[in-house]
Amino acid sequence: MSQRRVVVTGLGATTPLGGDVESTWKAILAGQSGVRLLTEDWRELLPVHFAARVAREPADQMERVEMRKLDRSEQFAVIASREAWKDADAPDGIDKERLGVVIASGIGGVITLLDQFDVLKEKGARSVSPYTVPMLMPNGPAAHVGLELQAKAGVHTPVSACASGAEAIGYALEMIRNNRADIVVSGGVEAAIHQLPMAGFAAMKALSTRNDNPAKASRPYDIDRDGFVLGEGGGVLILEEYEHAKARGAKIYCEISGQGLSSDGYHIAAPDPDGSGVQRAIKFALANAGLSAKDIFHLNAHATSTPAGDVAEANALRKALGNEADHVAVSATKSMTGHLLGGAGAIESVFIVKALQDRLAPPTINIENLDPAVTVDVVRDKPRSLPAGDIAALNDSFGFGGHNVVLVFNTIS
Amino acid sequence: MALTQADVLAGIKEIVEEIAGIPAASIELEKNFTEDLEVDSLSMVEVVVECENRFGVKIPDEKVTELATVGDAVNFIVEAAK
Repeated sequence: MSQRRVVVTGLGATTPLGGDVESTWKAILAGQSGVRLLTEDWRELLPVHFAARVAREPADQMERVEMRKLDRSEQFAVIASREAWKDADAPDGIDKERLGVVIASGIGGVITLLDQFDVLKEKGARSVSPYTVPMLMPNGPAAHVGLELQAKAGVHTPVSACASGAEAIGYALEMIRNNRADIVVSGGVEAAIHQLPMAGFAAMKALSTRNDNPAKASRPYDIDRDGFVLGEGGGVLILEEYEHAKARGAKIYCEISGQGLSSDGYHIAAPDPDGSGVQRAIKFALANAGLSAKDIFHLNAHATSTPAGDVAEANALRKALGNEADHVAVSATKSMTGHLLGGAGAIESVFIVKALQDRLAPPTINIENLDPAVTVDVVRDKPRSLPAGDIAALNDSFGFGGHNVVLVFNTIS
Repeated sequence: MALTQADVLAGIKEIVEEIAGIPAASIELEKNFTEDLEVDSLSMVEVVVECENRFGVKIPDEKVTELATVGDAVNFIVEAAK
């Protein structure tokens, strides 16, 4: 039996650039920054005073009573999933035992955890919300979406820090290939803009401290980059078995044809400068998709704007793709969205799907002086046209812990 | 301070609407919290704690299961506040 093919039939997102896919993508193509000064007083306690909050608060998109039982990360998952489900023309007729959900978060309901600890200290145990555990558990976002859609093929949450969102989409791909499901709602979310996680990232010297100019702080590949900008939000893709999508007359964006996974075995947080783990993930992904480097014309890089990470990734891309890297338009959209941690691989997959649909690679903003150590072709300032015909694109995601995930998407004629 | 039935009912209506989103107008003495009003078990915990805070009474966990209807809760709270 030939392998079951998997396509993308719906998209949803809530990001620092917009409350849905359309507004986000428009802002991305316009090269806008979603990074802003924080308004909370606690910012003064930290060396970093800015972040990329969602452009549209969940309160604008949800009922109050529903919101109060959901962690902010769960709110993002529900909002993005509702948009994606609707975009896929709400296939409610599916046998629910053939419907799955795989939605990741890098950290889980950390804001709930910290807020409820404050309640415990101030008011005592009896005042701690009975929703604390379902709100803080990292599988909460997936579980709530699964509950709403009555998904019964399986609800899963892979956790691999900043690679979590991509790993979730890869897991969803395998669920359909392995005939466990016909449709899987997949993606990643994160809601960690709070003083504790920010202080933790700052203590690692991982965050940019460009407090005098937040919109210019996320600058992947620029010689003066000084760390990433924490973002929040999430993205969701509806993955569907190809014949199933055709049979119901679904709109098909593109195919997701492969994933490659590896781990560095090098350091808990630093990237392996040799990039061998990343190279292996790219090679596995291409082989898994039945494609080669000559088919790849666009790549949404992990590129978080850290001094070490961006160059290590670029070097690995050059080594893995060889001369074929010359025709790969590399975009670092974190320059606009900030770094959504467990949501990053998901919103960047949404951007790849839109890039293939519009044949436009999104820009990378804030590169004033390209780091000469970057030897890949970076799309700067303005979108760049992608060629006609059958093309494929890669999404790189890496996480603290040395997790590497590469996804392959291709146009479908 | 003695509480009247009307005081407590009005307070419970506000609390249940706030926590579970059930319109105050549909909350009546004979309504069962779980069967009629569909307040789920976790929300019920919040309702109980909020009632304790609002009315200055203790509602022991073993009592909570006996408070099936809004009227049961009102009567318990009025008695406990005496």
